[in-house]
Amino acid sequence: MMDVLPYLVAMWVFLAGCYGLATSRNLIHAVGCLAVCQSATYVLLLAVGYRDDATAPVFSDVQPGSRPVVDPVVQALALTDVVVGATVTALLLALVVQISKRHGTVDPDELSELRG
Amino acid sequence: MNDLLPLLVAVPVLGAALLVAGGRRLPRVAAESVGCAVSAGTAGLAIVLLLNSSPPHVEWVGGWRPKDGVSVGIVLTGDGPGLGMAALASLLTLAALAYSWHYFDEPPRRHAGSFPGLMLLFQAGMCGFAVAGDLFNAFVFFELMSVVAYALTGHRVEEAKAVQGALTFAVVTSLGAYAMLMGIALLYGRTGELAMTQIGRGIDTHGGPDALVLAAFVLVLTGLLVKAAAVPFHFWLPDAHAVAPTPVCMLLSGVMVELGAYGVWRVYGTVFAGPGGVPAADLEQVLVTLGAVTAVIGAVMCWYQRHIKRLLAYSTVAHMGLFLIGIGVLTPKADDGVALYMLGHAGVKASLFACAGILLDRYGSVDEHALHGRARQLRGVAVLFATGAVALAGLPPFGTGFGKAVTEEAVGGPLTVLYVAATALTAGAVLRVGARVFLGLGPHPEEHAGYETTGSGEEPETGQRLSRIPDTMTAVPALLLAGALTVGVAPGFGDVVAHAVNEAGSGGAHVSVHWTPVGVLLGLLSTLLAAGLAAVAVTRPGLLAAPEWALPLRRLQSGHVGDYVAWMLVGAALLAALALPGILA
Repeated sequence: MMDVLPYLVAMWVFLAGCYGLATSRNLIHAVGCLAVCQSATYVLLLAVGYRDDATAPVFSDVQPGSRPVVDPVVQALALTDVVVGATVTALLLALVVQISKRHGTVDPDELSELRG
Repeated sequence: MNDLLPLLVAVPVLGAALLVAGGRRLPRVAAESVGCAVSAGTAGLAIVLLLNSSPPHVEWVGGWRPKDGVSVGIVLTGDGPGLGMAALASLLTLAALAYSWHYFDEPPRRHAGSFPGLMLLFQAGMCGFAVAGDLFNAFVFFELMSVVAYALTGHRVEEAKAVQGALTFAVVTSLGAYAMLMGIALLYGRTGELAMTQIGRGIDTHGGPDALVLAAFVLVLTGLLVKAAAVPFHFWLPDAHAVAPTPVCMLLSGVMVELGAYGVWRVYGTVFAGPGGVPAADLEQVLVTLGAVTAVIGAVMCWYQRHIKRLLAYSTVAHMGLFLIGIGVLTPKADDGVALYMLGHAGVKASLFACAGILLDRYGSVDEHALHGRARQLRGVAVLFATGAVALAGLPPFGTGFGKAVTEEAVGGPLTVLYVAATALTAGAVLRVGARVFLGLGPHPEEHAGYETTGSGEEPETGQRLSRIPDTMTAVPALLLAGALTVGVAPGFGDVVAHAVNEAGSGGAHVSVHWTPVGVLLGLLSTLLAAGLAAVAVTRPGLLAAPEWALPLRRLQSGHVGDYVAWMLVGAALLAALALPGILA
């Protein structure tokens, strides 16, 4: 049971973020929900690389091969993912600021110029 | 030669960095010349690599080669289709930069480098995605390309609609990208590999497909199909195309969404095609179903648009549906047909957007009704627009017609009818616009407040009306159409493309492609149908007015980002349901 728990948590966090995106009444909140979806990817990546009783993959004081380490590749992936996410969130918040200036609202229900 | 592969990404990124650093001090002409020179250089490099791509280049970046079959490094794969997409993306970037030479009004002082710089980053992202040989880097380049596309879509930040369309585009595509990353993480968990070929091998050694493979397949495909704008993931596309600056639309429609379909082809072929992956019958069911729905909805929605850029955007949706069907039937011949169709479509669609951009500059509107008869004096543009429309219908000997004929022959049966109907409907809509706007035919359309986005009240993208149309703005669409024509008429070109695609895709099963009498007849048939539809629509508008059943379809396009996210989840569930039967068996 404990093995699949992190995967279920990742799935739950992702779906919670999607629910928030679908029902959001505020674009800043929606951008936050997108960040929640992205947090699910961090949980999943780290769950994939986890090993019982393993330590950090830093070999300055650990002799290589002397004890198990967690997978460093997924940590690198998660770090790259953080950088990507920071870019996307920054750009989205900048767009929300501009929407607030131009439309005078950040409620997606009131943005209905593009339809049909 | 292998060493040159990373330069496809590095050169445009360096060019963009140069423009960011020096753009403040450079005059506008210098900044745009640097942009054109760098994108042209990358295009040249891509073509040189493409001509030498047999056998395919494989480059382990930084010398991190696999040891005993285990890899941790970044791999770039330069085979025919990948380098072909990179070359297409580079050439279209060059065309868009040349088109925008005089297009925007004087940019704010000290920001001359921002637009060409962003375009170069866009080019880098697209080239990187095309040659990425491992899934994680495919994701990173996917995001690079997407983030720059959001920024370019919202380039005119002073305009209310532009920022709204860019935000919708950004939220939906980013969510798709995160779904794709979750799928990649699951595949890494199963195989411990990121390189696509190694993942494919790892899945196969693990035995038959199971729930994890299905979940990974659905998640990865969700991300790629959002980019490819398959129904019901397509809602961002018309909004983004309606508001993006015209040179950006040329790239979005011409090559970016096609890269999504290319990604589906690449990922399925190298990762999921083996015995441990998703059975071929499942993929066929998924892609042919989604493709057919996409083609029908795209074509119907295209017909009922009056905003010219949205109309062209829906035409792209319909064509993406046709491409997905071609990829889904999984025969070498259909792959060749789709490759040729994409090349022709890129030239034709980009040139049609270029013509729409000229209308927007001249009259400050892209509304079919408001422009009725106003563009009579633009004879040259009218010829280009009409040529683009008939090429879109698949008139021989355009490349679109060639690709359509080859794909139709490969898919066969009732799907051929769908190909003819979808292309006739979308091309008929474009012809109708041309007849009304450039010739002033038919009665002046009545004004009625329908549920739709009109094209009037658009801000012209040029600061004030240019005194005359710059030569670059007419030369670029003419050259693009000439390119689309070359794809269809150049002797042996089809076979070269077919050889490159089959070498990478179908394990040595080479087929040769050529014009057949049936293909020519079907191309002529859809062109005639398009002309007939356009004639009826112009002379008897009442006959083809929007019926009741089309209204709910149009209401789905609500402009609400929450609705689009909900549809995306429905689409992912649909993907899983369609792929499930073969996994259970």
